[in-house]
Amino acid sequence: MAVPSLLNWAVALPEIALACMGSVILVLGVFLQRGKRFSSVVLLSVAALIFTAFLVLLAPSGVGYSGTFVNDTFARFMNLLVIVGAGCAIILSVSYRVDKNTPLPFEIPVLMLFSTLGAMLMVSSINLMALFVGLELSSLSIYILCAAGRENLLSSEAGLKYFILGSFASGLLLYGVSLVYGYTGTMEYSGLISAIRTVDTVPMGLVVGIVFILVGLCFKLSIVPFHMWTPDVYQGSLTPVTAYMSVAPKFAAFALLLRVMLESFGTMAPRWALLLEAVSMLSMVYGALAAIPQSNIKRLMAYSSIGHMGYAMMGLVADSVWGVQATLIYLVAYLFMNSGAFACISAMRKKGYEVFDIADLAGLSKTDPGMAAALAIFMFSMAGVPPLAGFFGKFVVFAAAWQSGFYGLVFVAVISSVIGAYYYLRVVKVMYFDTPVQAFDHPAPSLVLVFGSMSIVTVLFVAFLGPLMTVAQQAAVALAG
Amino acid sequence: MIAQLFFYIFVGILLFSAAMVITVRNPVHSILFLILGFFNAAGLFLIAGAEFLAMLLIIVYVGAIAVLFLFVVMMLDIDFSSLREGAQKHAALGLCLGLVLLLELWMALSHWKVLPTDSNASLTTNVQHLTNTEALGTLVYTHYVLLFQACGIVLLVAMMGAITLTLRDHSTSRRQNVARQHVRKAADTLELTTVQLGESVIEHGGVLRPKGSYNEIAAPGSYGLDIKESEYLQNKEEKGE
Repeated sequence: MAVPSLLNWAVALPEIALACMGSVILVLGVFLQRGKRFSSVVLLSVAALIFTAFLVLLAPSGVGYSGTFVNDTFARFMNLLVIVGAGCAIILSVSYRVDKNTPLPFEIPVLMLFSTLGAMLMVSSINLMALFVGLELSSLSIYILCAAGRENLLSSEAGLKYFILGSFASGLLLYGVSLVYGYTGTMEYSGLISAIRTVDTVPMGLVVGIVFILVGLCFKLSIVPFHMWTPDVYQGSLTPVTAYMSVAPKFAAFALLLRVMLESFGTMAPRWALLLEAVSMLSMVYGALAAIPQSNIKRLMAYSSIGHMGYAMMGLVADSVWGVQATLIYLVAYLFMNSGAFACISAMRKKGYEVFDIADLAGLSKTDPGMAAALAIFMFSMAGVPPLAGFFGKFVVFAAAWQSGFYGLVFVAVISSVIGAYYYLRVVKVMYFDTPVQAFDHPAPSLVLVFGSMSIVTVLFVAFLGPLMTVAQQAAVALAG
Repeated sequence: MIAQLFFYIFVGILLFSAAMVITVRNPVHSILFLILGFFNAAGLFLIAGAEFLAMLLIIVYVGAIAVLFLFVVMMLDIDFSSLREGAQKHAALGLCLGLVLLLELWMALSHWKVLPTDSNASLTTNVQHLTNTEALGTLVYTHYVLLFQACGIVLLVAMMGAITLTLRDHSTSRRQNVARQHVRKAADTLELTTVQLGESVIEHGGVLRPKGSYNEIAAPGSYGLDIKESEYLQNKEEKGE
């Protein structure tokens, strides 16, 4: 058994700090005056996230807590992505009003902080127990966030749907974990590697366990065929919540998928690669085809995220350092364009009420040229038009899959991204070529800040692609090298 | 020798109380027997050397679950005798199912073989000469302290969720006012009326609480019926009653 010196508590410093700050903000929020409560809590939450991001950069590398927690380059990279995604979502919630004047309950940013904490635990887990606890912390907060629009029937539906299906997926994952533990006798990833290496033929029960873990994680990522909840939950949840759940928990689940599959079950890659290749293809094709008839922009974003997760998974299928690096770059690009697009969606308000129809965007280029340009940039980027962020993301994952010999996968990906371009460009067409309808309300400064900065980053992605490649490569080497 | 004596005492009471749980007519008695059974099972754990498990059984099962059962039985008006009606009719089926289960257990357990060297081994392993509680404590509070704390935050989030999703802070919400409850007298809350045959309480001032207690702070309509007494009486007259 490990001695206390192996505790190495400092590796989890960012997580500990975030947990403490989250609790303090929660208590403060209860005592703050009603009028200023929400904005102060948001301000404090963003400050807490920025502080956590600094600690992520400062915290020492290494394994701690008797082999349940690790801090390495990969964890740092993913943690930063999660924090940026959560920060954007929290900023989007500042100007959000449930109806004309009511702000959100102040618990929402705090729940987002705790969900981020869960996501960070997932990213750093090297033990199946830590994986599950982190996943539950992250998911439980999101179930509550989804149902937070209490007056809205769709929101309650979203919360209930996500809760029931999510619990079911967690149950499957837990079943998989128990099978893996039963057949290998260990929960630590390093122990799993040696347990798999020592046997000649991998027992069937272990394979079944791995498949169950995969199913659980694919559910969280909304990969086809575990995607059914996505459109309804995206549509029903409050827009900042949708913005949150489309980035931070997905990154954490991807980090888990990469870590579990490549690190602990990496030697069995030929056995699971086909499975992942299939779900990746299905997600891309389904995301592209099912989004075409949508008229609600939040549902469109839901199908779009299904597709994006399929593309990002190509890097994992490639099963190489280059593949992991490609996936990481894809996720960075996805973070920027997705957060920006949701900031634009949050700004879609008429007389104080939210509207979600794509038709409401008609003639936006005349009524609000700045926002139209920003949304057009995000749509072009998601479609993969060079020289925007999305193009480089797609390019690197395609290249990685090609290099590893998955020609069929690349072929399907190219076809589906061409189909997908249709519905992204349709939004641009509606904004620029249709006759203007009633203008939106003037967007709040916080929203302009998010979609303005994100559009600049999306356009200038190529400028910092070089350093990003280096950092992503270091992260990938830490994981799969 | 003493241990064996206690073993048989515990086992005897355990079997007896288990049998009583399913045979007594009164559900409250049945749960009290269940609690007795838990205590004796805890005694068996103590004999086996698993003192932590024994305490856990009492705290969790007796302290929480059995009391919960008791609450449910007392709070809900369930007619247990009607639930039992079919018991004799379906006795044959139940017996068959029990036999199948017994057979399965026998099939599963008959394939277990205990190594001769292990048959005399202690039931509880002695980890570094620690007691059970110490060993578990080291594991939970030292090695897995991060997971333990994370589980704590999961519970905090669950509590936040329950509050966020259900607490509605309206002007009509009825909050507990302890000072007010303390100064209350029986005459403030209780009013006795003799109701004649064919009348209802509405003719005697309505079903609402007596005046001067909570009604003055609660919003109109937040208690019971939102029906005006005069309207009710009018309706009654119109119907010619």
